[in-house]
Amino acid sequence: MSPSTPAKRGRLLYRRTFYVPAGAIADVGAVSTQVRRILRGLGVEPEVVRRVSIICFEGETNIAIFTKGGRITLMVWEDRVELFFSDSGPGIEDLELVRRPGYSTAPDWARELGFGAGMGIPNMEKNADVFVLRSRPGKGTAIRATVWRSRDERKGSGAGTRA
Amino acid sequence: MRLCEVAELTQAEVLTGKELLDREVDKGCGADLLSDVLSVVEENFLLITGMVTPQAVRVAEVMNAAAVLIVRGKCPQDPVIAYADEAGIPLLATQKGMFETCGLLYSRGLRPTRFRRVSEYAG
Repeated sequence: MSPSTPAKRGRLLYRRTFYVPAGAIADVGAVSTQVRRILRGLGVEPEVVRRVSIICFEGETNIAIFTKGGRITLMVWEDRVELFFSDSGPGIEDLELVRRPGYSTAPDWARELGFGAGMGIPNMEKNADVFVLRSRPGKGTAIRATVWRSRDERKGSGAGTRA
Repeated sequence: MRLCEVAELTQAEVLTGKELLDREVDKGCGADLLSDVLSVVEENFLLITGMVTPQAVRVAEVMNAAAVLIVRGKCPQDPVIAYADEAGIPLLATQKGMFETCGLLYSRGLRPTRFRRVSEYAG
């Protein structure tokens, strides 16, 4: 367990796993819009809904464009919302590089559709309070992103995330 | 500015959401890159875009945009329009290009959204 793992507290209110097939570019965003609707239905705070939806959209896009397919698990706790992303490869060779704004290995077909500007992982990281990325080249990538529901535990996420 | 004024000003066709044209927008974001839209830090804005993919509508939904205005005479396919209708996101389409569309709307008071600057990601 990473030291940044949130302490297990609060009650689990909701859990659901979504599958994202490889290359299903036409469906990108379908999981994120569902996640958004679920969170709104559960009465999760609007700022949290927004940040989680953005993180989900970026992660969903990455799974569809770059991987052999993967899944996204949404967990809603009393005190936080967590998204787990995992895929079955190919993994990320250079973790520093993918966190650099503008770095992208997206293929042309993805760029033509408006994807692949190289901001995905930086944007996920920026919107999460806790962001843990692990990857094994050849095996796959796993990401956990946590957004706290209580205002005082949230990191200063920059201007504008509306209350 | 109300959406019906946006439509009138840009001579846009309303593809869906005719019943929502009283909706007010005071900010706009012109972008063809999804990540640019995903960096907007405000809500209830007008997304002005050349994208006609399903993602143009989904990203607008995720970002709580007020409406999508498609430029340069493009028209999304029927399932995209149907999805926007279901999601409650008005879709407008103008023959004008991105630059002219944004210029017209700006000149009538629509203002830019704030967005996260690329330099903010580094830290």
